Amino acid sequence: MSDSATKGGGEVVAVGLKPSRHGTLAARRSGWAPYRRHAGLIRMIALPLAVLVLFNYVPMVGLIIAFKNFAMKDGMLASQWVGLENFYRLFSGPEFLRALRNTVIISVLRLGFGFFVPVILALMLNELRLTLLKKSVQTLTYVPYFFSWVILGGIFIMMLTGGGPIDSAVRSAGAGRVEFLSDPVWFVVVLVATGIWQGAGHAAVIYLAALATIDPNLYEAAAVDGASRWRQTLHVTLPCLVPTMIVLFILSLGGILNAGFDQVFNMYNPSVYVSADIIDTYVLRRLIAMDFSLATAAGMFKSVVGMALIVAANWGARRMSRGEQGIW
Amino acid sequence: MVGRTTGEKIFNVFNIIVMIIVALIAIYPFIYTLSISLSSNVEAAREGWHLWPREVSLAAYKVVLGNTQIRTGFVNSLVRTALGTVLTLFMTCLAAYPLARKNLPHRGMVMFLVLFTMIFSGGMVPMYLLIKGLGLMNSIWALVVPTMLSAFNIIIMKNFFQAIPESYGEAARVEGASEWTILWRIYVPLAKPVLATVALWTAVAHWNQWLDAMIYINDDSRQMLQAFLQRIVIQGSTAMLDMGLTKMVDYSTATIKAATVVITVMPILIVYPFVQRYFVKGIMLGGIKE
Repeated sequence: MSDSATKGGGEVVAVGLKPSRHGTLAARRSGWAPYRRHAGLIRMIALPLAVLVLFNYVPMVGLIIAFKNFAMKDGMLASQWVGLENFYRLFSGPEFLRALRNTVIISVLRLGFGFFVPVILALMLNELRLTLLKKSVQTLTYVPYFFSWVILGGIFIMMLTGGGPIDSAVRSAGAGRVEFLSDPVWFVVVLVATGIWQGAGHAAVIYLAALATIDPNLYEAAAVDGASRWRQTLHVTLPCLVPTMIVLFILSLGGILNAGFDQVFNMYNPSVYVSADIIDTYVLRRLIAMDFSLATAAGMFKSVVGMALIVAANWGARRMSRGEQGIW
Repeated sequence: MVGRTTGEKIFNVFNIIVMIIVALIAIYPFIYTLSISLSSNVEAAREGWHLWPREVSLAAYKVVLGNTQIRTGFVNSLVRTALGTVLTLFMTCLAAYPLARKNLPHRGMVMFLVLFTMIFSGGMVPMYLLIKGLGLMNSIWALVVPTMLSAFNIIIMKNFFQAIPESYGEAARVEGASEWTILWRIYVPLAKPVLATVALWTAVAHWNQWLDAMIYINDDSRQMLQAFLQRIVIQGSTAMLDMGLTKMVDYSTATIKAATVVITVMPILIVYPFVQRYFVKGIMLGGIKE
């Protein structure tokens, strides 16, 4: 609908001659003309488009091996079709169901505990009147976001085990030894806590950016009406953050079956598989075991559910806000 | 205005204290790792909170930096980061500029193709088979080519290009400039802030990537630093470091791991103060609008 061809010099002439429908100019307008006129743009986008198709869409075609009994020697196309058998195998095996359950539990906990921490952090930073402290806290809380979970996982393993600071602090507090990384319940607590530690500073900056766009007149009006700072936060600041919160919520909902693969993979061990083995770690282990069909089926299930959730959440957000919010 | 009532004054003090604690929690793990990496064997084994080692020892660094694999990995990662960033910027410009032009034929459909990659993907296995099928296994191209285009980068760059007044390009077009010339001579120079932002995100992402290197690279002379780090720090295999060479026992597995982490972190920490504002700017460009 935005493709109205009324830009650029050439088209103006063509539009002017529109009445003569069977004339040569009109004939040139249909068919290949728009492509010829914008050949420069088309040539330019051809390469990126080819790359996008090759590395994003061709793998989607590769999903057919979820419906085949894939063998490396036969290749993707020649392997035998087996219908939904891989999915039956997937859902009848205990390992995948456990991975699915763990994925949902970890994600929901992450979302439940982690979603509001950045909002609170941003609000508190916003109230800080000492600019230097505000900048420093902002900079320092952002730091963990820059590092891979290989690095962070390594650091936390050191801190939580064998005489590390957290391990020894817990013991000297008389709590006895807590097996942070080998107790299935504690491990999930560690995942959620370290996840918040890593991401809160980054998300807080997004909210701070949104806070910076709030019209100062709103605060002045509220102050004139006698609103205290707390009241102003409640009735001016928070409502202004809601659209940003909705966008971030939808995006994290789409990733609900991701559960932070990088983090889990670099911190877990077989003793906590019962609570920490997630779909992605399961897929990776099947991949390493060369069980490609089952791994693809599991991955496909994950992608489809993720997509459905994101579409549904966006639909819901648009409906509730009468088409004003959402990510598209 | 500040702290008019007693309640607000109390809140201000409370807020300052909490924020200082939050900042300390954010960086203590890094201080701890630095402290352990600089500790002697005995000092590292001491339990509790390490702020600064009482006995400073560089033994662990000598072992780690003396290791050829770590050095190779470091160089490979630098090459990967540079190559990956240049390719990403180039391809993203080529994709974003035509999409920013309203008269690109089938613009809506192409935009949908781009956006759809954000919510659906083939996943790990088809990707592995594709890389294998293209003969990219064990090559740096397997790490930099498939990641060249991301929908997110394309969108923020497209939005930035769209904000540039069309008359700029129009003037050049009248003079007979091609779209190619207009992109590189007019749009790209005007888009420096967004280019810097995307470049930094990409560079950090490439430096931090480990899984693709673990899956696609199996020759140690081509391996990336993070993959070695994964082996040493997470899997705890310090065998490759050939520690028997150094007879002085002033290091331990813990100090070795910590030193490896510090060396991996260093390049990012060095540039962090300079790039932080770009990251914040990038969030505003890409995260808020659309």
